[in-house]
Amino acid sequence: MSADEQALSPIPGVSLALRGPAPSRVVAGFGFWLFLLSDIIIFAALFATYSVLSGSTAGGPSAAELFDKRHVFMETLCLLASSVTCGFGLLALHRTDTRALYFWMGITFVLGACFLTMEGKEFAGMVAAGAGPSHSAFLSAFFTLVGTHGLHVSLGLVWLLVMLLQVATLGFRPMVSRRFFCFALFWHALDIVWVGVFTIVYLGAK
Amino acid sequence: MDMQVQPQGQAPGVDPGEQHGARSYLIGLMYAVALTLASFWAATTPLVYAPAVPVLLAVLAIAQMGVHVSFFLHISSAPDQANNFLSLAFGVFVSAFVVFGSMMIMANLNHNMMPMDELTKMQR
Amino acid sequence: MFGRLNWSAIPFDQPIVMGTCATVGVVLLTIFVLITAKRGWPYLWREWITSVDHKRIGVMYMILGLVMLVRGFSDAIMMRSQLALAAGHAQGYLPPEHYDQIFSAHGTIMIFFVAMPFVIGLMNFAVPLQLGVRDVAFPKLNSVSFWLTAAGVLLINLSLFVGEFARTGWLAYPPLSELAYSPGVGVDYYLWSLQLSGIGTLLSGINLTTTILKLRAPGMGYKRMPVFCWTALASNLLIVAAFPVLTATFAMLLLDRYCGFHFFTNDFGGNPMMYINLIWIWGHPEVYILILPCFGVFSEVVATFSGRTLFGYRSMVLATMVICALSFMVWLHHFFTMGAGADVNAFFGIATMIIAVPTGVKVFNWLFTLYGGRIQFNAPIYWTLGFIVTFVIGGMTGVLMAIPPADFVLHNSLFLIAHFHNVIIGGVVFGVMAGMSYWFPKAFGFKLNERLGKAVFWCWFIGFYLAFAPLYVLGLMGATRRMQHYSNTHWQPLMLVALAGAVVILLGIALTAVQIAVSIRQRHANRDRTGDPWNARTLEWSTPSPPPAWNFTRLPNVERTDAYWHMKEQGVSHRALPGSFVDLHIPRNTPVGVFLAFFAVIAGFALIWRIDWLAVVGLVGALVVVLREYWTTERERIVPAEDVAAFERAHGALPVGHERSEVRVASGVES
Repeated sequence: MSADEQALSPIPGVSLALRGPAPSRVVAGFGFWLFLLSDIIIFAALFATYSVLSGSTAGGPSAAELFDKRHVFMETLCLLASSVTCGFGLLALHRTDTRALYFWMGITFVLGACFLTMEGKEFAGMVAAGAGPSHSAFLSAFFTLVGTHGLHVSLGLVWLLVMLLQVATLGFRPMVSRRFFCFALFWHALDIVWVGVFTIVYLGAK
Repeated sequence: MDMQVQPQGQAPGVDPGEQHGARSYLIGLMYAVALTLASFWAATTPLVYAPAVPVLLAVLAIAQMGVHVSFFLHISSAPDQANNFLSLAFGVFVSAFVVFGSMMIMANLNHNMMPMDELTKMQR
Repeated sequence: MFGRLNWSAIPFDQPIVMGTCATVGVVLLTIFVLITAKRGWPYLWREWITSVDHKRIGVMYMILGLVMLVRGFSDAIMMRSQLALAAGHAQGYLPPEHYDQIFSAHGTIMIFFVAMPFVIGLMNFAVPLQLGVRDVAFPKLNSVSFWLTAAGVLLINLSLFVGEFARTGWLAYPPLSELAYSPGVGVDYYLWSLQLSGIGTLLSGINLTTTILKLRAPGMGYKRMPVFCWTALASNLLIVAAFPVLTATFAMLLLDRYCGFHFFTNDFGGNPMMYINLIWIWGHPEVYILILPCFGVFSEVVATFSGRTLFGYRSMVLATMVICALSFMVWLHHFFTMGAGADVNAFFGIATMIIAVPTGVKVFNWLFTLYGGRIQFNAPIYWTLGFIVTFVIGGMTGVLMAIPPADFVLHNSLFLIAHFHNVIIGGVVFGVMAGMSYWFPKAFGFKLNERLGKAVFWCWFIGFYLAFAPLYVLGLMGATRRMQHYSNTHWQPLMLVALAGAVVILLGIALTAVQIAVSIRQRHANRDRTGDPWNARTLEWSTPSPPPAWNFTRLPNVERTDAYWHMKEQGVSHRALPGSFVDLHIPRNTPVGVFLAFFAVIAGFALIWRIDWLAVVGLVGALVVVLREYWTTERERIVPAEDVAAFERAHGALPVGHERSEVRVASGVES
């Protein structure tokens, strides 16, 4: 903690806004939260485009013909479970319990990888069946929206590995805890976006 | 890691009552699974009036997002969550305008304007 | 091996471009040689290039903006001279293919690489100082933001010499910007340059929003924040909310161009109108991102130089946040004529007229502050008064076009051009110039030459009206924008007047360079020794000029708005008392920003020219830079207490209630 932070102590009765600069963890967490909100607005633009173009199939296959709801249900459960295991991993981080952290984050990684594998198979199948993204505006919008989410999940898994490596090499110093904490925010936000994806894209398909 | 009241409010994702930590995630999981099952059921069942299905799906989706925000991210209307809550509200406000504004505008445009491929055919 | 890049990419057959290339080359070489001769590279690297100090980064943004102003304005002079010549059967000297690139580059550069850097630079410099803290929330990210913007600048300047630029206008509407109709690299230069700088801008938005909401001096609640910080908050919230839409839209256009997707193509179900819809969802908040900080500058300048507290603090803040929210609800007024129908047009037309109201509230507050104050008529006040008149006129022409039937006549005419230049020059340029002359002494320790400053103002003010009043008339007469020549010779006299106006503005820009040079020469005479040359009201003026890297030796305790004025009234010493100095932790410099930008330029250039292996090199390089930074554990450096004490002694802890403020406050002239 810097000299400035040491000089400040929470004063009961004084409004939060008046207490001087916040500590680094709060600053980092809030900054990352703003970044996540900006990411969600990217998804909003992609959702808007998908909604507008979902009917433009240019004579090609439409949503209802292409999507398998059971497949999507499995993907959803994988991602949801991984969100919860990530939460448990974060609790292990708070307790500085290395083994529990590796265990829960490991499961998170595996579940995320399952999600990506299933999604990858779906994409490959569609491309093989002549329903790739360059075949119609609807397909372009679908692959971009769902693919961007998948790209975020992939980057998240890479980040997770990097973070586990950081814990292994640098230990539980504040810098590493802050980052893991931001990772957890990221991972939960991805599940929130997925709720929108499976509802609008897959369940909304007519 | 101190969970006490922080200057300028708490970071998002921090559970103020740490001992309840694991419980919060498990309860959230329960609600989320229930809402997911409900969504999948609503999309396929003949029991719901068909034109109402999109509305029902939207409500269930919003509820589930709320479960995530509240049980996993611990964002609430508590005073030390004010910044997080207001930023989220701003993000939702903008996203709503982007999505619904675009849908409305494009529906109007598509209704009034000739489709692009017919227009290009006219130019040949 | 080199994708689409070959020797024919260099425009040997275009003398104007080759001449520019030669000139720029000579200038860069001269600068390079001079720096090397004075052994300046270690200094530059240590003090500026790797700096994470918000003040240094702010100054670098301003320099970037000034340099790009020269390029953007050259485009403007070329357009004006072309139009002055190309009447009737004359074709002027710029063929359409060249002219189209010029107006596209003019708009792109002026908005993204002049106005944005200026505004972000001012906010970067002033916000942490006004909040009474040591730096922004994420100083290293700040450096990354600046260097990514510089990367975008480099790419767009490269487009002049290697390849071509977009011919689509500054927003690159499809289907013209699709591969079928723009098969060259021009649109790719546009897209990648803006995607890179867009990331920088977004990170800046996150940085400044977090700073304002989470890092303020003790006692500075929201109601005690300076108005400039409120407008900065609104502007940065808009950046965080609007720039992602730009990123997504450009990404979709890139996917269309690179991977054969069909978002906005004419065939396979694509819908070009969706692009226009999305780009203006970004585009309208963008203009508010530009103008809100300038409103903040005017609030500060008006209060300081009338010697009074700003009138109506709460209504100012409320008006600012209302503008912030409403700016997301008006975007369709940019495409009333695209066929949405009367009801949709009516909603957005009414919303557009409503958004003029909070701006009016602000104007009245400024006027009421000036009224009854003792006004010092210096350069910043000149810019402010010029702004009030000019911006109000421009705003009124905007409200005129907010009426859809009127807009059907005036859309994309020179009337529209005149309107937006009216508000951007009258609002943003005048605001930036006011901010520059206001904060220059704080940044550099000496004032700018006042007479030359006023001369610059008159050139811009007179030049602007000469250049754009004819365009209002021409627009009403039916002249359209982006027009390389015209057949109606009756328009030519007005075009000539407009060219004269542009030349007067050119004189103003030249005089700015002269002003800076002269001021540097006269710096000892104009030295700011007290840190408070204007007898001002906000916290940045309580520091020495220029402030040390750590800004405040002791974070000030804030008890009300206009915190520094209050301190002066109370006779409170705002310097740390001797014996209370501690070691200060400040962030370490980092080369991450410049290295990331280096690889970003490589990746961008490679993607533009479809050189796959080079793109991989760029991306991998960037990743390596990030990972190395991720494992860096030494992130702070310590300024020992003795150094802090020595600095304070050298700059003289000011006596309580020093002379000037004592006289002013005691005389009771100011409230």
